[in-house]
Amino acid sequence: MTIFKLFSRFAPAWVSALLIVLALPVHAVVRDVYNFDTEEKQQRYQVMITELRCPKCQNQNIADSNSPISEDMRDEVYRMMTGGASDVEIMDSLVGRFGEFIRYKPLVEKRTLLLWATPAISVLGGLLIVGGIVLRSRRTNEIDSELSAEERARVEKIMDGHNGKSDSQA
Amino acid sequence: MKRVLLFLPLLVALVLGVLLFSGIGKDPTKLDSALVGKAMPEFALEDLHQPEVQVSQQVFQGEPSLLNVWGTWCPSCRDEHADLMWLAKNEGVPIVGLNYKDQRAEAKAWLERLGDPYSASVYDPKGSLGFDLGVYGAPETFVIGADGTVLHRHVGVVNKQVWEETLRPILNQAGGQY
Repeated sequence: MTIFKLFSRFAPAWVSALLIVLALPVHAVVRDVYNFDTEEKQQRYQVMITELRCPKCQNQNIADSNSPISEDMRDEVYRMMTGGASDVEIMDSLVGRFGEFIRYKPLVEKRTLLLWATPAISVLGGLLIVGGIVLRSRRTNEIDSELSAEERARVEKIMDGHNGKSDSQA
Repeated sequence: MKRVLLFLPLLVALVLGVLLFSGIGKDPTKLDSALVGKAMPEFALEDLHQPEVQVSQQVFQGEPSLLNVWGTWCPSCRDEHADLMWLAKNEGVPIVGLNYKDQRAEAKAWLERLGDPYSASVYDPKGSLGFDLGVYGAPETFVIGADGTVLHRHVGVVNKQVWEETLRPILNQAGGQY
């Protein structure tokens, strides 16, 4: 068997192994060039940039994104933070430019109410369904046990007769 | 009554279907501008052609105009350039160019080679005005009212269809005659 044949025989395995390797998550490493005078500010900065969405890349925070706009946004967060701005001020100033989209945690307001309520609605819905199923099965059990003595005797008689018949047939 | 409950999954599926279907065809990369309805951000930047001349938001005062964000590094900007030339020449629309994160020499060479559709050109090498405008790519085109209010933002290239269907009506509503 030639090497080629050997290879082609295991081609599916090779391909899937390759696909698995390719599918492994690739994390963009963004070097931190920003230095803060206190550890607390450094942490505030880290939290801030993970809660801001990159407007260009759609589903990456600006901490992970290498796009130029994310760089600009990180610069701005740093500039404002070292200038003494509060988190809310920084957030507001960026949302004022790029819109609500860049908030990973949207504000609770009329427009986003459904979004916020979805988890509660799904849990409630699930509970209702489970509750319904439990109730129904309990009711069927009750009906089962509600056979009167007379009915029970009749059932036994029928079952006996049926068994007897089938025995005789066999 | 119980029979009605049987139709509940169908109902849920229908509602979900309508909801999801309404999202098909929408471009998720097109974000609404947070600036629409607000005044143009204040700025003081150099003129692209004359570094000694400062351009400010005053450049938008007087008549409704377009603000086109572009750069020589942006392939789509090359695509829309001919249409911008046509808009400026044939329709007489005042277009302010915002040269975004670019090299002055390259930008000037580009305009000399392909023609200059801009009534004024702002040089924004660091992208500071672009940042204030919430620009996250290029090209982007804003419609600015005669009083300097941002009326509309268009992300992506401007072509004849975008002009006819979107930009022209907004400009006309703002008092322009095109």
